[in-house]
Amino acid sequence: MFLSMNWISDFVDFSGLDKVELIHQFSLSTAEVENEIFYKGKELSGVVVAEIKSILDHPESKKLHLLKVDAGEEELTDVVCGAPNVRVGMKTAFAKVGAQIGEITITPRKLAGYDSFGMCCSEAEIGISDDNSGIMEITDDVANGTDLKDIYEIDDIVFEVDNKSLTNRPDLWGHYGIAREFASLAGRELKPLELEDLSAYDSLDKVDLKIEDKLCYRYSCLQFENIKRNTSPVNMRIRLFYCGMRAINFLADLTNYLMLEMGQPMHAFDSRKVGAIRVKRFDKPFKFETLDGVERNIDENTLMICNGDIPVAIAGIMGGLDSEIVEDTTTLTLESATFDAASIRKSTVRLAHRTDASMRYEKSLDPEMTVTAVARFVKLLREYDPEVRVVSALTDEYAFKYDTVTLDFDKSFVDKYTGIEISNDEIVKTLTSLGFKVKLSGDSFSVIVPSWRATKDVTIKADIIEEITRIYGYDNFDVNTTRSPLYPVRMDEIKNDEEKIKDMLVKRYNLHELHSYVWAYADEQKALGMEVEPNIKLNGATNPNIETIRKSIIPTQLCQVKTNVGYSADFGIFEIGRVVEGVDENNLCIERKKLALTLYSKTKGMKNLYFELRDILATITDDIKHKALTFKPKEAEHSYEHPVNLYEIILDGKTLGEIGIVHPVVSKKIDKKADIVFAEIDMETFASVENASITYSEPSKFPPMTYDLSVELPDKTFYADLMVCWNEVDTDLLKGTRIVDTYDTDTIHSVTIRFEFGSNERTLESSEVQSIMDKIIENLSKINVKLRG
Amino acid sequence: MDSKITGLKAKLEEELSGIKNLVDLDKVRVSYLGKKGSITGLMKAMKDLTNEQRKEFGKNVNELKAGAAKLIEEKTAELKEMEIQAEIESMPDFDITTPVDLTRGSYHPITLVQRQCETVFKSMGFTVEDYSEVVTDYECFESVNIPKHHPARDMQDTYYLENGQLLKSQTSAAQNAILKKYSKNLIENNVPIKAIFPGRCFRNEATDASHENTFFQMEGVMVDKDINISNLIYFMKTMLSEVFRKDIKVRLRPGFFPFVEPGFELDINCLICGGDGCASCGHSGWLELCPCGMIHPEVLKEGGIDPEEYTGFAFGLGLTRLAMMKYGIKDIRDLNSGSLKALSQFTDDDE
Repeated sequence: MFLSMNWISDFVDFSGLDKVELIHQFSLSTAEVENEIFYKGKELSGVVVAEIKSILDHPESKKLHLLKVDAGEEELTDVVCGAPNVRVGMKTAFAKVGAQIGEITITPRKLAGYDSFGMCCSEAEIGISDDNSGIMEITDDVANGTDLKDIYEIDDIVFEVDNKSLTNRPDLWGHYGIAREFASLAGRELKPLELEDLSAYDSLDKVDLKIEDKLCYRYSCLQFENIKRNTSPVNMRIRLFYCGMRAINFLADLTNYLMLEMGQPMHAFDSRKVGAIRVKRFDKPFKFETLDGVERNIDENTLMICNGDIPVAIAGIMGGLDSEIVEDTTTLTLESATFDAASIRKSTVRLAHRTDASMRYEKSLDPEMTVTAVARFVKLLREYDPEVRVVSALTDEYAFKYDTVTLDFDKSFVDKYTGIEISNDEIVKTLTSLGFKVKLSGDSFSVIVPSWRATKDVTIKADIIEEITRIYGYDNFDVNTTRSPLYPVRMDEIKNDEEKIKDMLVKRYNLHELHSYVWAYADEQKALGMEVEPNIKLNGATNPNIETIRKSIIPTQLCQVKTNVGYSADFGIFEIGRVVEGVDENNLCIERKKLALTLYSKTKGMKNLYFELRDILATITDDIKHKALTFKPKEAEHSYEHPVNLYEIILDGKTLGEIGIVHPVVSKKIDKKADIVFAEIDMETFASVENASITYSEPSKFPPMTYDLSVELPDKTFYADLMVCWNEVDTDLLKGTRIVDTYDTDTIHSVTIRFEFGSNERTLESSEVQSIMDKIIENLSKINVKLRG
Repeated sequence: MDSKITGLKAKLEEELSGIKNLVDLDKVRVSYLGKKGSITGLMKAMKDLTNEQRKEFGKNVNELKAGAAKLIEEKTAELKEMEIQAEIESMPDFDITTPVDLTRGSYHPITLVQRQCETVFKSMGFTVEDYSEVVTDYECFESVNIPKHHPARDMQDTYYLENGQLLKSQTSAAQNAILKKYSKNLIENNVPIKAIFPGRCFRNEATDASHENTFFQMEGVMVDKDINISNLIYFMKTMLSEVFRKDIKVRLRPGFFPFVEPGFELDINCLICGGDGCASCGHSGWLELCPCGMIHPEVLKEGGIDPEEYTGFAFGLGLTRLAMMKYGIKDIRDLNSGSLKALSQFTDDDE
């Protein structure tokens, strides 16, 4: 919303004050002002009123005229002018030689062979409207040679307030409310609005009016006739233009002017079309043509202004074409009303049509304002068009009145909330300047909230704090830390695990952390041969590519691998992110936090890559939990899973997730020459596994004994099966085992295992080691594991 | 007999002079001093001598033996020294100026900025909370004083799911749960609630260089008996100064957010121009960074806390915005692009 300092200055005397500094203060204390401040008229000088004394057609040009104008100087001035609306006796805006218009300086020059000493200007050229159809018309009563700036408010400071920052301030949607803020900030008086005394018309007939719907809070109207004036006064048009509105005609301009001044939208009907005003909703949907010529679908929730049963306007949004003021309109009905804010807002959304009026109604306007606005309207109407006659009594139905809000609080409440000292006097002064009625006894305040703040904005004590502190100025606050006692804080398990995992993956395994979206990447996944698995969807998603919430991060991650093919011959990526695994019995999403890892390599070979990933998982688990992972074969369920080497990852009997190779169909689409492996584990399950503590084992003073055993594994026998063979032997002398050699051919898979024995009490005899080994060998033979020669 | 001794000594000296390595030296040692060595052999000849001769001879042989051992020892030391020297000389020169291999992993920039913020708040006794991304209407709106049809809902284009739940549009969605989680401890044990909750938020809007539908925020709350606006300014200023490692100027402007009253927009002085005004800050010298305010009494009440007794502040910091400012990331879409060209640059906390 654009605001004019001239307009605001109608209501506050700023003499001696820096207006721009006040705008800055307003931004810090009331609502955000956009950075650019417009200094209107700054680049205009030397433009005066001049009268056209004679006109000659240019002999060679159809458009150009040779004028002699009286610019208030001794001699007439020759000007060549191309405007179509020139006529003898007309007064216009004339830029003399030396005048400044924007970046142009007027100089004497030859136009199509004739000397021209100045320029007749259109309103657009002067910058006071967008009318460029001809030169400006100025009324006859102004003396020739008068500087335009002496008669019109061309010089102004205009600033823009971010509408979003006014959402909760219905009172700030007009200049008068803004002026109240400026008055408070400047410590000056706010002048009262000049109003017409409407009681003078009480003896006239009332308008036939009935509010038939609780969505209309108040409806005030008045009829008048004999409007003579068609064009608005220049200064009014300048203000409208500076505030972003086009002048239309006097009556329309005046309703707009009132809206910009008081924030109260108004509408004028042709009285012939609104004999019996009814405010109501209809049972059935219908079509309705608004005054912009658009046919709109009205449903049973939309509040309408009607003439009896005939709709004439969409309440609070826009008038109808049918009841518009037309050329032969003689009597007008002026509407000034308030409606339920939520209803207007919803209608606006349904109609997809937001207007300057609805924007204001949505903010919960003060119903007290309707009659004041009518009184102000009539005052201005009669000032600019003195022959206007009011032909009805003020008709006012007040169906819903907000309760008066009174807030009681103590000085200590203010102290507690602010943490600084603001005196009682200052509190009283601030609140009073904003229109609050304040009673102070001792340190107790009783405050009546003004009606324009009481519709929703100021309802609780904390709201009062805002009023006091924003005017006090946050820059003036003393800044202090708290006096709260200190207690130890313990971090969330899952959060701790997460941070450790990130560090290990980045620092030890050189993986890259990436982020992705929570929905499946439908197009990208399909292109890689991965179907989007059915899952809960976004409601009414406009983009089908981001519709289904993902069940796993892996497909997303494979899309990312595709993005990064060419980045490096080998890389690994990971993400700790969310997935939704369908809904539970209460139809609520089962959201899980997952760690997903994908390794890509062109150089390492599938087996090495696969084991690299397994070792990463096992190591971080051992680091964080001091526990070992186990694995269980798994059937492939998803399009990206290779059916071979797909394992469930198990910790403490809990399934954490899975590790596998990317299905060749998908893998080949990503990169024919690379191997890709993936794993995903559930972070909540991982965090739920209790950490084993580190138990210190004293290093033995006695030498260990080792025993190497080479064995041949039959098909489908795993190393884990071998481990059972020695874990079953009851001894505390076996301290560890490891593979020291492997030998593989197409038919033979053999390993050499080194057993390490030791004791903290004594040096072992080889015979006792041998007897343990004998038992192990016997166990091995039971599962058909042969010793190699 | 004596000539034999002198001869052996001379012969040994001559042989040693030709020895070039420890293996050959050992052979020489064995040939003189070994069990079958020539010096050892002299001792065997003693049995043919008289007692008197034997005494004299024995003395001379022992001298010879000791002398030979010493010569060999000296030669050993000399050879060892030579070997070390040879090893040193055989070491080739490395070219330390060849390109460095900097292959290593990387963090997402959000992780880094989030950690910096968390570190500051942890050091001031705040807990770090985790919260889901799918939430209910109650969590995201109702519980934080945004009832149905409240205009504030228009301010956010929320992603609703088929089941009526939604992707949280703001981290405030966690506020109610966190207040409830700690309110008992606050009321019964006077332990202030101090928590931050970083998280991902979602808004249904078209993306461009400065708009994303998925971004990170970090919400913070503090509730106790005497928390005030002055404290709020202190914590915001301190946190931001710590994160940016320099004294940050902050300013508060009134801002309307239903979950706080009074509510503020917090601006910081532009980090690029230092407040003089530049293109990045729209020539205002200030950057809007973080909505904050005193927690609305209704929000406290809904969290089980009596607003007459307790007050608190809350803030919502745009982590994504912060990361972009901190690292000079111009296009917000880079963050979720998954591109390693862009994202592999963040190899460590820069502090």
